[in-house]
Amino acid sequence: MATEKGAEEGGLVFHPMDQFIVKPLFGDGPVGLFTITNVTLWMALAIAAVAALMILGTSRRAVIPSRTQSVAELAYGFIYKMVEDVAGKDALAFFPYIMTLFMFIVFANFLGLVPMAFTTTSHFAVTVVLALLVFVTVTIVGFVKNGAKFLGLFWVSSAPLALRPILAIIEIISYFVRPVSHSIRLAGNVMAGHAVIKVFAGFAAIAVVSPVSVVAITAMYGLEVLVSFIQAYVFTILTCVYLKDALHPSH
Amino acid sequence: MATETNAADAAQGAAAPGMPQLDFSNWDHQIFWLMVTLVVIYFVLSRIALPRIAAVLAERQGTITNDIAAADELKAKAVEAEEAYNKALADARAEAQRIISEAKAEIQTELDEATAKADAEIAEKTAEGEKKIAEIQASAMESVQVVAKDTAAEIVAALGGKADAKTVNAAVANRMKG
Repeated sequence: MATEKGAEEGGLVFHPMDQFIVKPLFGDGPVGLFTITNVTLWMALAIAAVAALMILGTSRRAVIPSRTQSVAELAYGFIYKMVEDVAGKDALAFFPYIMTLFMFIVFANFLGLVPMAFTTTSHFAVTVVLALLVFVTVTIVGFVKNGAKFLGLFWVSSAPLALRPILAIIEIISYFVRPVSHSIRLAGNVMAGHAVIKVFAGFAAIAVVSPVSVVAITAMYGLEVLVSFIQAYVFTILTCVYLKDALHPSH
Repeated sequence: MATETNAADAAQGAAAPGMPQLDFSNWDHQIFWLMVTLVVIYFVLSRIALPRIAAVLAERQGTITNDIAAADELKAKAVEAEEAYNKALADARAEAQRIISEAKAEIQTELDEATAKADAEIAEKTAEGEKKIAEIQASAMESVQVVAKDTAAEIVAALGGKADAKTVNAAVANRMKG
């Protein structure tokens, strides 16, 4: 115990996961359903950022766009084209839904990179719900549009007959693993990057190491900016791929 | 004091290694606010932002199509204008050629006329000169005849003869002939 205490006094204190703790903003009470916490604050900021870009940015409806309007149009075109290319024209009915997912994830990720921020997408509670929403939507759409033919997704008709039951089991397992990988990929990437930055920051307490630490944090931060966008992109494009399976289940 | 710090450390230590993400007691809270957020963003996008951006993009597409059509029209006009210009240039060249050849022909006629006139004048002058020379020759002949007759008559008289005018004239004429 004494040695442990000595180490802490030496300055090496690592609390890389403290940044993910859900805390009430007012008072110290327990976290109830409607408590205003840092989760509430940063989700509200995400809404504000989306609204600022997509509504205020396009408020002039200019044929020759301003810079903000260009970014909004770019985001629109990016997701619209992705849905059309990956999931097909008949998936465009789901475009607002997919756009919502993308805008929320991308803004939550980027807002999480603000120093001292709370990253909502680093929590499994959030990403599991996002992934389950996609999973449930895709499954329901699959059955509504194709009926029992949707089960053909698991029955690989191009494989030899003897192999088909085995493949069906594998396909069913992979289908149900989808929401797990879908959610853990996003939260895991975001959480790992933030935790690593915090660990590097902890090393900065040693004066000799601190320049290296600052460089490492800067490099990690750059990587995290990339990861923030790429994970939002990956989540969205996988949603499109799953949606394509639901709309056109034939292998 | 020491135990208090240790207790605090222990509490911190318990919180730090564990993942706050796996603290299921606040999942209901997070899920509630997530649903609120998603619904708000969905309505913001589907009711306001996306239709607006779609309209702007469609309008821009229309403007671009119109502008391209207008540009094509202007291009055709430019080609037409160039053709007209080339035609005008060719016409002007032909006209210039024609004027040059006309001027040349005119100058040639004038030159011919002037030459002919000069030739006629020269011929006239020559004729006049020849006539004058002939006149002078004739008068010289006459003078020679008169002088010869007088001289002959004087010589005959000096020789003691009687100069017969008729004989003298005939002799002089005879001499002059040949």
